[in-house]
Amino acid sequence: MNLPLAISETATATAVLFYALALMCAGSAVVVVVSRNIVRTAVALMFSLVGVAGLYFLLNAEFLAAVQLVVYAGGTLILMIFGVMLTSRSPTSRFEPSKSEVVVAVSIGVVLMVSLTAALLHWTRRNPPQSAPLTGEHPYAVAELGKALLGDYLVPFELASVLLLSVMIGAAYLAKGRRDLP
Amino acid sequence: MTIGLTHFLVLAAFLFVCGLMTILLKRNAIGILMGVELVLNAANVNLVAFNYYQHPGSAAHPLLTGQIFAIFIIVLAAAEAAVALAIFLSFYNSFSTIDVERANEMREQG
Repeated sequence: MNLPLAISETATATAVLFYALALMCAGSAVVVVVSRNIVRTAVALMFSLVGVAGLYFLLNAEFLAAVQLVVYAGGTLILMIFGVMLTSRSPTSRFEPSKSEVVVAVSIGVVLMVSLTAALLHWTRRNPPQSAPLTGEHPYAVAELGKALLGDYLVPFELASVLLLSVMIGAAYLAKGRRDLP
Repeated sequence: MTIGLTHFLVLAAFLFVCGLMTILLKRNAIGILMGVELVLNAANVNLVAFNYYQHPGSAAHPLLTGQIFAIFIIVLAAAEAAVALAIFLSFYNSFSTIDVERANEMREQG
């Protein structure tokens, strides 16, 4: 019977992966906060988003991880970098926050982080998980996700497509600029 | 050494706080948008982790509510980023800067 050994090995591998991905996410997020160079901020954000995609893999959400990589790291972030290039005279332009702003922001962040962590630990101590996570080959198959999207969640799904159409028209109109108008 | 729900929740809280501080500290409008993306990602991690650990459903009928929510949030975040960047471009065409300190008056001068 080597089943318990296999389970503990899987748990150890999951733990190692989680801590590596968490370090990547958290470190890049800190760089996003402290960096004054907007291009460097964008690159750090990309690493953070890729780390979150890895966390989705750990949580058995393979489709979501792929969507995260394609839409966020591949689409939204490139859009932002284009925005940076189009709106700054030099791509490395800086805007410094004032001393008081830094003090206020850091104190808000520290207080929020401490209180959130305390509340989380308190909550998980009082509410241990009722049901164990599903294990097995592919408990969360993409087919189930597709059935849910085109079944129970059909109306929000269609609303999202209408929203994307209106956003496309609105963004094209807004970004056209005034110089083309008569 | 088992990774539980708490680990993911604490990491998501840290990402949320980082996003909030980015929103508070950046004066570049696109930097603020990046902070918003971090906050939305923290919410997504929470949703998927709760889905996985607290409401996985059964093997025959897995519950995917958290993942569906996360997909819709990703769609909304992409739409929000597109519109916000269009507004920033329009603002830049009028003011030649995207410093939010100067954005308190969004109509053209004169």
